[in-house]
Amino acid sequence: MMNVRKNFDKNLQQLQNKMMEMNALTVSAFEKAFTAFKTQDVELALRVIDEDTVIDNLDHEINQFAVWLIAKETPFATDLRRIIASLKITSDIERIADFAVNIAKATAKIGNTESLINITSLEKMNEVSLDMLKKAVTAFIDGNMEYAKEVAALDDIVDNAYAETYKSITEYLRTHPEQTTQLVQLLFINRYLERTADHITNIAESAAYLIKGQIYDLNQ
Amino acid sequence: MKQSEGTAKISVKDLNLFYGEKQALFDVSLDIEEKKVTALIGPSGCGKSTFLRTLNRMNDLIDGVKISGDIVIDKEDIYKSADVIKLRTKVGMVFQKPNLFPMSIYDNVAYGPRAQGIKNKKELNKIVEESLRGAAIWDEVKDRLKSSALGLSGGQQQRVCIARAIAMKPDVILMDEPTSALDPISTLKVEELIAQLKKAYTIVIVTHNMQQAARVSDKTAFFLNGEVIEYDVTNSVFSNPKDQRTEDYVTGRFG
Repeated sequence: MMNVRKNFDKNLQQLQNKMMEMNALTVSAFEKAFTAFKTQDVELALRVIDEDTVIDNLDHEINQFAVWLIAKETPFATDLRRIIASLKITSDIERIADFAVNIAKATAKIGNTESLINITSLEKMNEVSLDMLKKAVTAFIDGNMEYAKEVAALDDIVDNAYAETYKSITEYLRTHPEQTTQLVQLLFINRYLERTADHITNIAESAAYLIKGQIYDLNQ
Repeated sequence: MKQSEGTAKISVKDLNLFYGEKQALFDVSLDIEEKKVTALIGPSGCGKSTFLRTLNRMNDLIDGVKISGDIVIDKEDIYKSADVIKLRTKVGMVFQKPNLFPMSIYDNVAYGPRAQGIKNKKELNKIVEESLRGAAIWDEVKDRLKSSALGLSGGQQQRVCIARAIAMKPDVILMDEPTSALDPISTLKVEELIAQLKKAYTIVIVTHNMQQAARVSDKTAFFLNGEVIEYDVTNSVFSNPKDQRTEDYVTGRFG
């Protein structure tokens, strides 16, 4: 059979490549932000904040490209769902990159002091989130529904860790009010990681939408 | 195969059609809902136009056509009743190219009613105006009803054709690629008109333009090699088709 939409397929591949590039940069930003937080490396944190522009620019580029593809190719069925899912996923990735920036900013505010990271589950949340992101993006690229479902299950782990961390920080705060500055930032980071996992779950939902053709609510 | 949930205006069951030895339709069964737009899509030669023409027995005019199965319109099997004239009054048709007669706009629209024996001038005037209004062309032609219909633009001619069909007070209007010869703006005007017409008529439209099918129709049937592969609400057919062959066709991956 002759493929009469070779050019369109090439464009769809380009769209996906751009998304992969954006995702790789976001993963790297996230890893750097968390390393900076863990090691109190303010310089590294500032770099993460600086480099976010590249991700934002890619976000705009992908959006424009997707809109143009819709206009010129009037896609239907899987093609349409793929482009819509790409748009949604890109905006989730962009939000995740913003959370990396937020963590970097919190790191700068904490500065160099005795780290209280050990009273939290933030490291675990970070680890699980990165694993979720890998699975969610793979679910989209490979059309793997099992991965999409696994992401939803992992989100529960992050949610529980969030609740635990919230509790331990507020308890610690009562006995150590002199640590308020750092503890407040830790509370924020706790929140950022929890929101990050939610956005990753959205990515898995978009993947499920592409695969199954219906809206899935995995955020429950 | 998903059948209609609404009222079936036309019910087709196990329809087979042969042009001589060659079979063009295979066991086609589908219900067409009343006052809805049903689009028939599929590649050239898939049988969609053949199917459309069975609905008012236009295929009777072709030598060597054999038909089996049932087509029931308003509880009457149209191949068992002999009155083809009455059938074609009830089931009107608009073709790919505007096919107006070389006479005035007025006479074109009045042609059918006159042939039915309506002579009264006032009554004819009323039918002509109502039909032209119904076809959203009245304002453009009301001052030149007596001039030749062939002087109109293609898009206007096609809407006069629709007016001519409406003048017979049909229940069903069949449209065989009604905009394929029109420019984009005229096409959109006809599509707007279709949206208006479905309040009063059951419309079945054959189109090669998939965006058009998606825009104008409530339900879509995908034909391939004389069979109905998928028949569902239009939204499903275009955003999440069930059959891989439908998917390949609507996404243009079809050879």
